[in-house]
Amino acid sequence: MTLPQHAWGGGVRVPRHKNLSNTGASRVPPLPARLIYPLRSHIGTAARPIIKPGDRVLRGQCLAQPDTYVSQALHAATSGVVRDIGDFPVAPGDITATCIVIEVDGEGRSVDPWPPLSADADGDAIQRRLVEAGVIGMGGAGFPSHVKVREGLTRTVQTLIINGVECEPYITCDDRLMREHATGIVAGARWLKRAVNAGECFIAVEEDMPEALAALQSHAGEDVTVGSVPAIYPAGGEKQLIKMLTGREVPSKGLPIQAGVLMHNVATAQAVYQAVVEGRPLMSRYVTVTGSVQQPGNWQALLGTPVSHLLQQSGWGGYGKQQVIMGGPMMGMALSHLEVPVTKVTNCLLVQEAARVSMMSMPCIRCGECLRVCPVQLNARALYEYARAGDLDAAQDLHLFDCIECGACAYVCPSHIPLVSYYRQAKAGIAATERRQQTAAENRRRYERHEQRLAADQTAPETAESASPAGTMDKEAMRAEITAAVERVRAKRAANEPPDPTNGGESGAA
Amino acid sequence: MLPWLLLAIVGLAAGFSVARPARDPGKGLALAEETDRIDALLPQTQCGLCGYRGCRPYAEAVVRGEAAINRCPPGGTETVAALADLLGVEPMPAPAMSPPRVALIDEATCIGCTLCLDACPVDAIIGAPKLMHTVIAALCTGCGLCLPPCPVDCIQLRTSGG
Repeated sequence: MTLPQHAWGGGVRVPRHKNLSNTGASRVPPLPARLIYPLRSHIGTAARPIIKPGDRVLRGQCLAQPDTYVSQALHAATSGVVRDIGDFPVAPGDITATCIVIEVDGEGRSVDPWPPLSADADGDAIQRRLVEAGVIGMGGAGFPSHVKVREGLTRTVQTLIINGVECEPYITCDDRLMREHATGIVAGARWLKRAVNAGECFIAVEEDMPEALAALQSHAGEDVTVGSVPAIYPAGGEKQLIKMLTGREVPSKGLPIQAGVLMHNVATAQAVYQAVVEGRPLMSRYVTVTGSVQQPGNWQALLGTPVSHLLQQSGWGGYGKQQVIMGGPMMGMALSHLEVPVTKVTNCLLVQEAARVSMMSMPCIRCGECLRVCPVQLNARALYEYARAGDLDAAQDLHLFDCIECGACAYVCPSHIPLVSYYRQAKAGIAATERRQQTAAENRRRYERHEQRLAADQTAPETAESASPAGTMDKEAMRAEITAAVERVRAKRAANEPPDPTNGGESGAA
Repeated sequence: MLPWLLLAIVGLAAGFSVARPARDPGKGLALAEETDRIDALLPQTQCGLCGYRGCRPYAEAVVRGEAAINRCPPGGTETVAALADLLGVEPMPAPAMSPPRVALIDEATCIGCTLCLDACPVDAIIGAPKLMHTVIAALCTGCGLCLPPCPVDCIQLRTSGG
């Protein structure tokens, strides 16, 4: 059986560079000295640590629990000692975030796995297990998987799509996972299909992944259709793949469920299988290390492994004018710090010559190539002009927030304009304006209340005992008190050193 | 350098008003509604640097035609441009902006006189008579109105992160 194919418009054929890393079997790196777990994934709220520094933890032990619906549990990927809970650099950018740091003891002692769910477990039970196991979307967005299952329980899911369309160049972690763990992926897909009672289930890969296709097909049946789609970037984008396989579109700012679709990455399906059947939380993932390294390939990396560890194992000297990109060349972000950890959404580390990514940009010549390739059919050129001019309202009117930041426009731009950077900056500018407006609204509300309170004090000065901060104290008496207190402070100041205006008084006075 | 920067800013502001069609300068609007619209563009620091008691009194003065649109230092260029756009007038050079600030009470020196409580236009200071006062930093607009009434000069403004 083959997959349905509808046109989705836009997209671009890019050199794939997949053979660099997908020819050898995935490897298990030696244990790193420490594991680092950021409490916050980039979607949702931070998890709450349930261990403290000094605690011994075992492989599979829960380190932090979700306090809200959109959050995730974290588990130790090997045994060790909790060294610290504090601020450490995390990817991307120059930010730090609260992390749990585990010093690995190398003993690899483990907690007992949970019992497998029974074959007739319902959607609620599966959802609870996914929360417990900390399963979140491993394709990039990191959306908690149980939230998607919950959506599927309350609404009709016509189509469940398991996304193996690894469309970014260089990245092959899903490809290797599908070749090596097709059993788990297809089984996970069946559990997900059962959980949300989906009408049909598709597993999609790209046309140049014949080994992965064959591996998956050997486990598929009537209930799960495996097929391939053309390797046009960004065919693996959520909305693009939904359009291609169902012909339906996700509304602007909407969710796939509004088109009757739930989508999970293949690695997520495998994590679901591990959680439900093997009773293990999400503790490791496949990570591609590729580009200018001596031994490119895929690693079965423990979550929390510092990026530098995987780079060293891949034979990267760390010299020259190279930069490490987390993610692929189209959507990835350059790392400024190599001690950042592998997280549930880290798919690739790409080492590139810096010169390749910093070409001088030239003025726009209005060729229209960016419009042709945009997979969301945005007016990319006009968006760029507005973003550059700072006209954020106009950019929003042109559906700036429908941009999926795939980078196809910047890839084809003959003037090498970093278009997506402009779009990201404009989005950040709009978000900042919205935050400022919220603060202003709160200030206005507080100012109005303040003015009302003062007016009330003035009209009824004798009776407004509770409204006046000075309470029942007589005005004259209060003034006398203040004068006395001021004298005391003066005396105190005179007794100490001469007052230093920069530190606001005497800190040693208490 | 500085004059060029200023020119660039003014130029940018001018560009704004040309690129976007100016709305009807509020002829048909009720006065209160126009005051609301102007007030909505002001940063609500309630600092009084414009010479009025707060943002809304300034907005009222602008509606009456008493005050120019470039009297708001915390709003800076953006606010001047937005006001010019709203009112359909030419943008003016913006007043110098100061970095965002937040008030800090030296708790060892505070005598608990409560004078700063009423001075704070957004009620961001908590305290009680003869007890230590403190500024709720998240609510402080950095207006500095709490500084003059303090009899022991124990409040200072510090540059805040954002």
